[in-house]
Amino acid sequence: MVSTTAEVVYQRPESFTDVHTHYCPGCTHGIAHRLIAEVIDEMGLREKTIGVAPVGCSVFAYKYFKMDFVEAPHGRAPAMATGIKRVLPENTVFTYQGDGDLASIGMAEIMHAAARGENITVIFINNAIYGMTGGQMAPTTLPGMKTTSSPFGRDVELTGHPIRMAEILAIMDGSGYIVRRSLHNAANIRKSKKAIRLAFEAQERGLGFSMVELLSSCPTNWKISVRDSMEFIADKMIPVFPLGDYKVSPSLEGLKV
Amino acid sequence: MPVSGWIVVDDFYCKGCELCIEACPEDVLELDMDRLTPKGYHPVKMIEETCTGCGICAIVCPDAAITVYREKPVKQARR
Ligand SMILES: Cc1ncc(C[n+]2csc(CCOP(=O)(O)OP(=O)(O)O)c2C)c(N)n1
Repeated sequence: MVSTTAEVVYQRPESFTDVHTHYCPGCTHGIAHRLIAEVIDEMGLREKTIGVAPVGCSVFAYKYFKMDFVEAPHGRAPAMATGIKRVLPENTVFTYQGDGDLASIGMAEIMHAAARGENITVIFINNAIYGMTGGQMAPTTLPGMKTTSSPFGRDVELTGHPIRMAEILAIMDGSGYIVRRSLHNAANIRKSKKAIRLAFEAQERGLGFSMVELLSSCPTNWKISVRDSMEFIADKMIPVFPLGDYKVSPSLEGLKV
Repeated sequence: MPVSGWIVVDDFYCKGCELCIEACPEDVLELDMDRLTPKGYHPVKMIEETCTGCGICAIVCPDAAITVYREKPVKQARR
């Protein structure tokens, strides 16, 4: 008889506070938060990390991370992060933004932060909708997708086409690491975590602007079940927002994480 | 002997979203319809002993509510 002991395979990251999040059941904001906390724990960055929370469902992100955090006006997180990083270059600075925050009201800030090559990391949650305000159309809403402000489905003739932020930011000379991943199943969540790790590695190495776009769910405002929302990401969102590495600085190539 | 594991679900965080139930390769998870969490959700529970401690439930959990354990053989100290 072999005697055995209990080994912990997984436990709640240290960088999380002991707080119950306000997110709806099955919302992938929680998964994205968890991956960031795990990466910061693994890299030992907690004491020097400063997060910038957006306006949107993740407006209370600062309550959930056990680290320094500030709250930016809607869309202005990259501007705020720019100021913080320039004054405190030794600190690790990241923003956490939704698609309404980043690609609509905050479009100018994100474009110029990338163009300036600010050495910050952006975690971009693309759920194709404005979650917090009740499910209005976002710049990332899919063609034909029903939202409260496009009740007959998004008409691209009238309201334009979805904006692909990863592709756009990748052509900026100032960006060092730009990828798109998805949070719809375990395999993709693992890949998303690797990407978040590389984005923070890029910042630690001073490689310029880094962004990880994460395809995310919003079962409540999409008005479908949690399970169907994961299928929606796989079947409907990925064809419009292809996963991939849009820019990887040569200095990151071959880095094992 | 197959690796055996188990999970502990923290009722304070679990929202009964069922993502872990969906993802579990061994189908050993189910909502506990006899209990409610402080927030009023039915939490997840283990229904079979065949958990391998693979950790996939924790990887998909949006609320970091799951702690995963695995049984590990103890090396006998050399005499
Ligand atoms: C200056 C300003 N304009 C508009 C709003 C209203 N508002 C709050 S959140 C939001 C959009 C949120 O959507 P998104 O960034 O996609 O985040 P999600 O809630 O989906 O996570 C808007 C328009 C605001 N709070 N402040």
